[in-house]
Amino acid sequence: MMRFLLPLAAFIVLVGFLAVGLNLKPREVPSPLIGKPAPVFQSQSLHEPERILASKDNLGKVWLLNVWASWCVSCREEHPLLVELAKSGIVPIYGLNYKDKRDLALQWLSQYGDPYTVSVVDPEGRIGIDYGVYGVPETYVIDKNGVIRHKQIGPVTVESLEKKILPLIKELQG
Amino acid sequence: MNPVPSFEPLKNSFQQKIFSLRNIFSTKQFILLLALVLLSPLSWAEEALPVAEDPAIEKRMLALSEDLRCLVCQNESLAGSRADFANDLRREIREQLKANKSDQEIIDFLVSRYGDFVLYKPPVKPATYLLWGGPFVFLLTGAGILFFYLKRRRKQIEEPPLTEEQHRHAETLLKENKGNNA
Repeated sequence: MMRFLLPLAAFIVLVGFLAVGLNLKPREVPSPLIGKPAPVFQSQSLHEPERILASKDNLGKVWLLNVWASWCVSCREEHPLLVELAKSGIVPIYGLNYKDKRDLALQWLSQYGDPYTVSVVDPEGRIGIDYGVYGVPETYVIDKNGVIRHKQIGPVTVESLEKKILPLIKELQG
Repeated sequence: MNPVPSFEPLKNSFQQKIFSLRNIFSTKQFILLLALVLLSPLSWAEEALPVAEDPAIEKRMLALSEDLRCLVCQNESLAGSRADFANDLRREIREQLKANKSDQEIIDFLVSRYGDFVLYKPPVKPATYLLWGGPFVFLLTGAGILFFYLKRRRKQIEEPPLTEEQHRHAETLLKENKGNNA
């Protein structure tokens, strides 16, 4: 009896490990910045190059930082959702225009709509490095004290909005 | 209806091709050509690196980025990746080296942004005890199983004691043997 049960048990354990392994998302590397103060940045506004925007301007409110670029295909996927979220007025969305060209970025916004309160430019990806950005789009939820509370890797989806981002914003604003 | 081609014409055309090659190249030329073809990969084996202003810094940067993972193409090191992201991080490392930062400071800078995942060699801490200790646990478990298995097997193959009759038989055999030797 033991002769068959032991290999069977070992096999079931192995299948269990494989099943868990298959459902892991190696692309989504947990950010060590969650719970830490959002890195300080200071850069030009996309629309008004002479205007300098700084992260500390947002202290005292809950805000989203959305990393986007006109060359980013998945950004198009999440864009309608962001436009809708901006219209609802629940939370201000700040754009980080990552490694992009100004004219292309502006053209992209006029084509697909502009959900951003303002967009900050990061032409060389330096702010991106500070925020641990390794892919576009990425979205950060930042609280009133300027602490990063959540990072969405990849496009924002209806599911991630309803299950995670919106409840978190509500809680932080509360 | 097309006639079904037989095997013969094919063979002939193959022979003809070989023959025509012989006509074009002499044996010497052919060997030279073969050598050129075989050696040519060596000429492009070394990939062109961006020209660095300071070779010492470039060397340190490469040594450092060899042990760092590119998060975009996760099975490549920062040194080996052609991703734009890896390029940016290499630039960052280069700049920090120029600013006289130590290797450890740069590693800490990257870990604070991207987590331990950037390191190919994860640090020993509670979350990674299983990772570091796991192989030894498996080794000890395996050694234990082997030990008990061998012990049990020895018991199984233990010889049964000889009966009175077998004893006598063995003794006579031994005596006989002694007699022969003497």
